[in-house]
Amino acid sequence: MVARIVSTRTDAEVSLADTFGSAKATLPGNAVVKEMRETAFGAFAAHGLPHRRIEAWHYTDLRSMMREALPLAPLPDVRALEAVRVELAAAILPAGPRLLIVDGTYVPTLSDALPEGATVRSLADVLAEGRADLIDKLAAAKFAVGDSIVALNAALMQDGVVIEVAPGAVIAEPIHIVYATAAQTPVARFFRSLVVVGAGAKILVTESSLGAGGRVGQTFGALIFDVADRAEVGHTCMMTKTEPGSLRLDTFIAELGADVTFSSFALVHGEGLMRRQLFLRCVGDNTKAALNGVSLLKGRDHADTTLDVEHIGLGCEGRETFRYILDDSATGVFQGRIRVAPGAQKTDGKMMSRALLLSDDVVMNNKPELEIFADDVACGHGATCGGLNEDQLFYMQARGISRAEAESLLLEAFASELADNIGHEGLTAAFRAEVADWLAARTVKG
Amino acid sequence: MLEVKNLTVSIGDRKILDGLNLTVKDGEVAAIMGPNGTGKSTLSYVIAGKPDYTVESGEVLLDGENILEMGADERAAKGVFLAFQYPVEIPGVATMTFLKAALNAQRRQRGEDEMTTPAFAKKVREAAELLGIKNEILKRPLNVGFSGGEKKRMDILQMALLEPAMAILDETDSGLDIDAIRIVAEGVNKLRTGKRSFLLITHYQRLLNYIVPDTVHVMAQGKIVRTGGKELALELEKNGYRDFVTATAAE
Amino acid sequence: MAAVQETVDHVKSLDVTEYKYGFFSQFEMDMAPKGLNEDIVRFISAKKKEPEWLTEWRLEAYRRWVTMEEPDWARVHYPKIDFQDLYYYAAPKTASGPKTLEEVDPDLLKYYAKLGIPLHEQELLAGVEGAQQRRVAVDAVMDSVSVVTTFKAELAKSGVIFCPISEAVHTHPELVKKYLGSVVPTSDNYYATLNSAVFSDGSFVYIPPGVRCPMELSTYFRINEQNTGQFERTLIIADAGSYVSYLEGCTAPQRDENQLHAAVVELVTHDDAEIKYSTVQNWYPGDAEGKGGIYNFVTKRGDCRGKNSKISWTQVETGSAITWKYPSCILRGDNSRGEFYSIAISNGYQQVDSGTKMIHLGKNTTSRIISKGISAGHSQNTYRGQVTAHRKATGARNFTNCDSLLIGQNCGAHTVPYIEARNDSAQFEHEATTSKISDDQLFYCMQRGLSGEEATALIVNGFVRDVLQQLPMEFAVEAQKLIAISLEGSVG
Repeated sequence: MVARIVSTRTDAEVSLADTFGSAKATLPGNAVVKEMRETAFGAFAAHGLPHRRIEAWHYTDLRSMMREALPLAPLPDVRALEAVRVELAAAILPAGPRLLIVDGTYVPTLSDALPEGATVRSLADVLAEGRADLIDKLAAAKFAVGDSIVALNAALMQDGVVIEVAPGAVIAEPIHIVYATAAQTPVARFFRSLVVVGAGAKILVTESSLGAGGRVGQTFGALIFDVADRAEVGHTCMMTKTEPGSLRLDTFIAELGADVTFSSFALVHGEGLMRRQLFLRCVGDNTKAALNGVSLLKGRDHADTTLDVEHIGLGCEGRETFRYILDDSATGVFQGRIRVAPGAQKTDGKMMSRALLLSDDVVMNNKPELEIFADDVACGHGATCGGLNEDQLFYMQARGISRAEAESLLLEAFASELADNIGHEGLTAAFRAEVADWLAARTVKG
Repeated sequence: MLEVKNLTVSIGDRKILDGLNLTVKDGEVAAIMGPNGTGKSTLSYVIAGKPDYTVESGEVLLDGENILEMGADERAAKGVFLAFQYPVEIPGVATMTFLKAALNAQRRQRGEDEMTTPAFAKKVREAAELLGIKNEILKRPLNVGFSGGEKKRMDILQMALLEPAMAILDETDSGLDIDAIRIVAEGVNKLRTGKRSFLLITHYQRLLNYIVPDTVHVMAQGKIVRTGGKELALELEKNGYRDFVTATAAE
Repeated sequence: MAAVQETVDHVKSLDVTEYKYGFFSQFEMDMAPKGLNEDIVRFISAKKKEPEWLTEWRLEAYRRWVTMEEPDWARVHYPKIDFQDLYYYAAPKTASGPKTLEEVDPDLLKYYAKLGIPLHEQELLAGVEGAQQRRVAVDAVMDSVSVVTTFKAELAKSGVIFCPISEAVHTHPELVKKYLGSVVPTSDNYYATLNSAVFSDGSFVYIPPGVRCPMELSTYFRINEQNTGQFERTLIIADAGSYVSYLEGCTAPQRDENQLHAAVVELVTHDDAEIKYSTVQNWYPGDAEGKGGIYNFVTKRGDCRGKNSKISWTQVETGSAITWKYPSCILRGDNSRGEFYSIAISNGYQQVDSGTKMIHLGKNTTSRIISKGISAGHSQNTYRGQVTAHRKATGARNFTNCDSLLIGQNCGAHTVPYIEARNDSAQFEHEATTSKISDDQLFYCMQRGLSGEEATALIVNGFVRDVLQQLPMEFAVEAQKLIAISLEGSVG
């Protein structure tokens, strides 16, 4: 175990190298960006796909789980786009402008304009233009250092959106980033988006997906928030509608200035292998950040949420609350690290993960971490896992409620308790509907 | 004798005490009354030596000696005792352990012999009985899980053990029912002997029915605005603090 | 109660950086040449007149060790150790081979008396305060060998075997052969494998079925020689329905260079048996600038092999420059229970990476982890723990509580728990907090007359109380003193 394993490249690693080799000439970006891509791919190639001996990937051994690398998604053709248009029209989303990303490519013709105070451009345009400040923010060099999946995304990013919100602008309705798939064969998509929020601005950004139409794929996404002082930012992500056998790896990055209020909520209940990794840096003083998430897993789903929350400013507050319901043979992973940098006094950080296990075959792995270098702090974490409370079930049954219904009620309560943190009525309703769907599809065991 | 001379104190950039003057003579029981937020608790903390405050000017003399440069523990050994408005919980430290540590620390500072365990245990038990504190509580960690009344009585118990020269009671009556107030007051009255002085900080006149003061001071906006006998408390009970607040605000 | 006062006095009587056990004594030593190779392994084995199977066992471990690399996953940093620059065998010449008390070099006895370890049974029996004092049987291990074991005769009456492991190899070969390496296999990890190749001595305990060991057993480890690694090996077997409480203490002289200590402790409990293992670790921690000190790389593991068996680890870690130590329990028997109570205090430039593993394999197994970490000075203090319930470990339960306290701005406190559930009836609860001593608590104590340092010691003692309560009385008092001494100079 201690003897060093001399690793050979896996099939997936070999074909990723081929993909990069043949695509790099056509991937968007000026000379600086092309150089960045080369460096990033070099970093990926040096480490290869992450495996269990890489601490941050301890419970999601991608090297063994990702058997093959799919070809890069082509630009969607007219017919495919028409199908997406129909699908989009039928989608139920709360009011607000929509930005469509189809197979990793931003499609302005299917997207809405943003209200005054906010602008959107395609990542490809921004990379070609090469404005140094934006490229810098997109590179997010201070985050996820050494993470080879983030490096891979930087090397192969095809497109995405760059949203800029002017200082003081208040965008009333949520801006929806909607992901759709069009390719008829299994493909890999790489996208990266950036949201730059000016001082004192207010914005809510959502991420959701249209149905994949039964197509297996591999998705490597990244969303970066750069938030200036006093801004108020909300974010929701519905990681749903992925297919069994598919792979979705999302990286979420946020850098927060002073006196910022930031909250993010995610629902994970797709199928296949899913991982959300979140990197949050509270750089300014007195910022409040909340990260919440609910994962509903069944079948052979594997869902991993990994957090790295770094407190640098004085007097910041961090609240991370995550819940898991696991059924069948699903695997849940929660890794959360609170870091308090030297001098980040008066940090108040709390992290909690709770898991309900509904089947003999499930696996729940928890690794909450504290890394504290300042003395005047109040930080803590909690983690629990266990089954449904039998006393509660019995009590409800004694009142005439069937076991199945009693379980559903308890599960719904457990999953929905965090819904209030979403902070948007329409989105809360959408979340509740997803939970109800998941519960309805669940078969209760004796 | 306690003399507070022209004391101006701030916390951050907010001035809380503003040139306050106050004298409590040996054996005197003085009460300070006043509306919320006038700096009554600040005064008690500054006398006891809480580090969060900045003394801008003035002196606090105990028997003629300025104590402002002393640490809280040195002041305690000199005989300053503060019964806290909110006594602090100390998890894991048994009450008996704490009491003994405090008593002996003070005796050491004064160059006195430490108390033997049997003598100490007897002293604590007697004092506890007078205050209606159950033996079982003395084994529990200090103030942890105690009710509001139990915490207040525990502070009075400490006062009885430590036999201070100058006892300051900060809102000791708050959160207590009538029976508890009576017990606490009896405890205090028993200690009204010889040179020992008391400073009672209270919002209501109620406590003063049980501990009858020699002097009543009214405090508003960081200073003493009126001084009188015990009848002043009754007057305040009737008319409230409004006159004083507006009077000083108009200055 | 009295301890608080004693603590305070003790603090006052000491210089800030003085380590009470820092003295060194000159004894005539029998040493192996520096460095490590197969010949050295054979030399050690020959010195102990070991049977061939054990020599082979050691050689196999050595051969494996040379293919391994030092682990680097712990949060500790130190220059690479030159394993060829160490002595692997050092024994006081006068102490070769097991002896009765009468035969022990009087200088050695004096030396142990200076360490506060009384080895004279008569003195103990007479006791300073008469019958009140509890009797403790001691195995004193200095550098590579056991110097003396007390109360052997009396223990033998109840069938308890308590002797140096080097002696047990000869007197109870069947037990040693059966159990040695059965909990920590020779291939387990870098330091355990090294230990298997070169282990010198240590204690062997066997409690026969149904016997409650009539007194506490204790081993006192002392590193005396320079540039000498200490590799002791302890093996404790509690047969069905038996009980034993075992204490371990350790110190070393104050030296400028670092010294290596890589011990292995194996515990086995059969049906309904219980082992309570307590450690007060006070190896030399290095000076105020971080120079010198012991590298304490230790593998401790207990195997709850039988149903309803129990293993409880309690540790007070105040010493060593670097601590790398995870006393663990394998809960194999149904209804077995594992406990881990820990106080880890770091000051100066000490680095601690310690915790436990609770591996639930049997049904309805339970475990409890209480860890209190206190960091001061420039130290780094990490709790690292693992709780795993396997598929068939239905009804597994764990409760974990890890609290860290920081004193000063230049230290770090870290918590890294791995919590793994593989079945739905496992119920795990984990909570961790990090905080500092509150200003309100300090002020309250000082208002009552305690100095800043006294108040800190008192509050810290309260913070660790849950763990102190797990220690046998004499150890608890000792530990309380140590805590205060370890935190000296930490209050600004």
